[in-house]
Amino acid sequence: MGKIAKYTRRGFLGLGIAAAGGLAVGYYYYKKPYPNPLPDTLAEGDFSFTPYVIIGSDNAITIITPRAEMGQGIHTTLAALVAEELDVDMDQISAEHGPAAAAYYNSAMLREGAPFAFFDEGFVAEIARGALGVAGKFLALQVTGGSSASIDAFDKMREAGATARAVLVEVAAQRWGVSAESLTTARAEVVNPNGERLTYGALAADAATLTLPKPPALKDPSEWRILGKSQPRVEMREKITGAPIYGIDVQLPNMLYATVAMSPRFGAKAKHADEAAAMAVAGVLNVVEIATNTGHGFGIIASNTWAAFEGARALAPEWEAASYPEDTAGLKVLWAEALDRESSFTLGGEGDPEAAMQGAEVIEARYSLPYLAHTTMEPMNATAQFVDGKLTLWLGSQAPGLAAMVTADLLGIETDDVEVITTSLGGGFGRRVEADVPLYAAAIAAQTGGKPVKVTWSREEDIQHDTYRPMAEARLKAILKNGLPEALDYRVAAPSINKSLFGRTFPNLSAAGPDRSILDGSFDQPFSWPHSRFAAHQVDTDIPVGFWRSVGNSINGFVHESFLDELAFAGGKDPLEMRLAMMQDERHAPAREALKAVAEMAGWGQALPEGVGQGIAHTLSFGTWVAEVVQVDMRGGTVKLEKIWAAADPGMILDPGNFEAQITSGIIYGLSAAIGQEISFADGRVVQENFYDYDALRMAGVPPIEVALLENSPRMGGAGEPGTPPIAAALGNAIFAASGKRQRSLPFGNEIDFDID
Amino acid sequence: MKLQVNGQTHQVEAPDDMPLLWVLRDLLDIKGPKFGCGVGACGACTVLVDGIPTRTCITAAADVVGEITTIEGLPSGERLHKVQEAWMRHEVPQCGYCQSGQILAAVALLEEIPQPTDEDIDAVMTNLCRCGTYPRLRAAIHEAAGMEG
Ligand code: FES
Ligand code: FES
Repeated sequence: MGKIAKYTRRGFLGLGIAAAGGLAVGYYYYKKPYPNPLPDTLAEGDFSFTPYVIIGSDNAITIITPRAEMGQGIHTTLAALVAEELDVDMDQISAEHGPAAAAYYNSAMLREGAPFAFFDEGFVAEIARGALGVAGKFLALQVTGGSSASIDAFDKMREAGATARAVLVEVAAQRWGVSAESLTTARAEVVNPNGERLTYGALAADAATLTLPKPPALKDPSEWRILGKSQPRVEMREKITGAPIYGIDVQLPNMLYATVAMSPRFGAKAKHADEAAAMAVAGVLNVVEIATNTGHGFGIIASNTWAAFEGARALAPEWEAASYPEDTAGLKVLWAEALDRESSFTLGGEGDPEAAMQGAEVIEARYSLPYLAHTTMEPMNATAQFVDGKLTLWLGSQAPGLAAMVTADLLGIETDDVEVITTSLGGGFGRRVEADVPLYAAAIAAQTGGKPVKVTWSREEDIQHDTYRPMAEARLKAILKNGLPEALDYRVAAPSINKSLFGRTFPNLSAAGPDRSILDGSFDQPFSWPHSRFAAHQVDTDIPVGFWRSVGNSINGFVHESFLDELAFAGGKDPLEMRLAMMQDERHAPAREALKAVAEMAGWGQALPEGVGQGIAHTLSFGTWVAEVVQVDMRGGTVKLEKIWAAADPGMILDPGNFEAQITSGIIYGLSAAIGQEISFADGRVVQENFYDYDALRMAGVPPIEVALLENSPRMGGAGEPGTPPIAAALGNAIFAASGKRQRSLPFGNEIDFDID
Repeated sequence: MKLQVNGQTHQVEAPDDMPLLWVLRDLLDIKGPKFGCGVGACGACTVLVDGIPTRTCITAAADVVGEITTIEGLPSGERLHKVQEAWMRHEVPQCGYCQSGQILAAVALLEEIPQPTDEDIDAVMTNLCRCGTYPRLRAAIHEAAGMEG
């Protein structure tokens, strides 16, 4: 469905469209995302649309939520934004992000002409935001910086609802011959003071032909009925009845099944593969070669997924050597060399730490973090069909536009000839932005004679072909003055995610400018150093790195907050008091409030038995301020997590229940990594294979988690990522408090035992 | 082979060693059991065989004797199972991918121990959830334990 309609300079235009099962009207659209967001500039420039309201003549109201739902509740929140202004209740709407939204997403991204126009900050920001599982534009404004006040879904979705409501009221006013101002709306009806009522559905056809001179005013938050309150998730019933909503559940007539066996040595090609053995497996139909920018290998096509897996095993390919050191120890040498060299770039910082440290007693520390895989619960998969020069992809994607672009390029067709049907995602965490999954599916679909093919990766393939959270090594130096931090020299060696992403996605382009993700979570924190320097020592290899929940903040959140804890003890200060003393800037107020709130919840400072300890940490990321306290009991010789408290401030909370769930989820995700996850290399390939050697916490390992929600921050921040960055440091600091053993290397489980099952 | 799934008998042609998971998903188009690991390590593929939670990715379909219940077979008509009701009330799922398996594991737990303690829950609920819905899972199980039917 969905013709592209035009925006007129005079205002919004509704367009009647034919939807399945009858007439749907009121298809409203908005200016494109990146230029000036202010409504009074709407007449300027080039317009496109984003969210939709579709109102059927039967009063069925569909809100198009063009963002990937991967568990972060985004469909509910986007729908609530529209419903609030449209004056309908959540039980009257359905939210949809199917074909129309995906198709739209493509055209919006591609309409602007030259593909290169997208590779600016806006485009990278878009990928990043998609990758981070945040609510459209409004929950992750600081991913690439500089765009924090830009237009966002918070305004756009509400404007969509308000505009639809205004035209409906206008049509009702004309029918009744009264002024629009005299009418009210509630539950998808326009109400005349004389008691008459008209449903939106009865007005929709006429409303669709109406234009509004200007966008209507939005409600003041004090008038909100829906926003600010927890809403039932729109897709809840599907998810508790096992509905086939994920990419892996796609079922099409004449569909074939496939899997991939890609080179686990990144960048290397196959030397040999036993195709005859693969073909001998019952159910295997074909083995095809795959050669793409993201990797080389084979597609194994079969009559069911299991046969494809068995075929891949039988194929037993041998691969060329890797271009990088073959094991983790060898890689660490590169990282150490990078730290010995001049820095690649610095960000933030002030004063002259080098001079300040002259002759002073310098505290030094080194920190070490491994590569990490995402392990979304639903393994990577995509379904593709290539017929008559047109590709259809069924894909749980955080970036459907990108998928269309790269697959079109691979097949030599126009991007407009790719349709991406976005399914629900069984977890994203940044993994489902990547081009590899759709690319391999498209490559296989090109060799099935037009039959659709569902390509499911095994868990082993998923873990061994991820785009990993970068490995990082940090070297820190600091001095104290009167027991308080005075100067910091902060150096971290890590690969650039942008460079890696561009290299595998747009090989003809190079990522410009410093990749701030290497330092995110350090230089940008609410902490006043009289002297500081934050230096990135970039070290790139062919091992793909990508967006892992909270990106650089998960690295630097650990390093920065652990080191602050070290400095507090070195200076004889309480870690909380020291932080508060260094957060006196007026702009740091939300950090102080979050820390104080979490300290109060946790009873910070109380006398604890010997062997029991609390650790505290705070990270500002994606515009949300999060302080966390962990309490551990080590009296039994292992680390037992007793409780976690968090205070999180995203400025404005649209759905408290969902926000709390996201913060909790981020904490557990980070906790799993801090305790036990590590991707290591041997023989040029990833060692870990499956959940037996790359596990995550289960029920028994997760202590009670209490989250307080604050709204002191002046700007709206994210929900999905910010819970993750402080948790490793809070845990490490708690272990130190309980045992005196400082934790500088992740995962902690390599050195100490945890009582988690 | 013959399989009894959600009250229906299916006659299936499949190799003897084909896991029940793939027979259900790819041959019978029953998509509730999910693929997560293929090695019995995550529980996403859990179904009940005569009421006992079974990881279908490591269970050969040919070896299954008994009545198979998948999540699709849990509600009777429009009525949800009380565990599903509790899941709704606590808004347990995030991405939702693990939840078919979690719900069936919880159903089996409550059959066995109608009023489970936290320790019981820790011992039995070993399915992985990468979204970290464990606190709500726990709360929903306690609530379901207190519900009728
Ligand atoms: S898929 Fe069966 S236990 Fe993971
Ligand atoms: S809800 Fe996403 S894995 Fe459990």
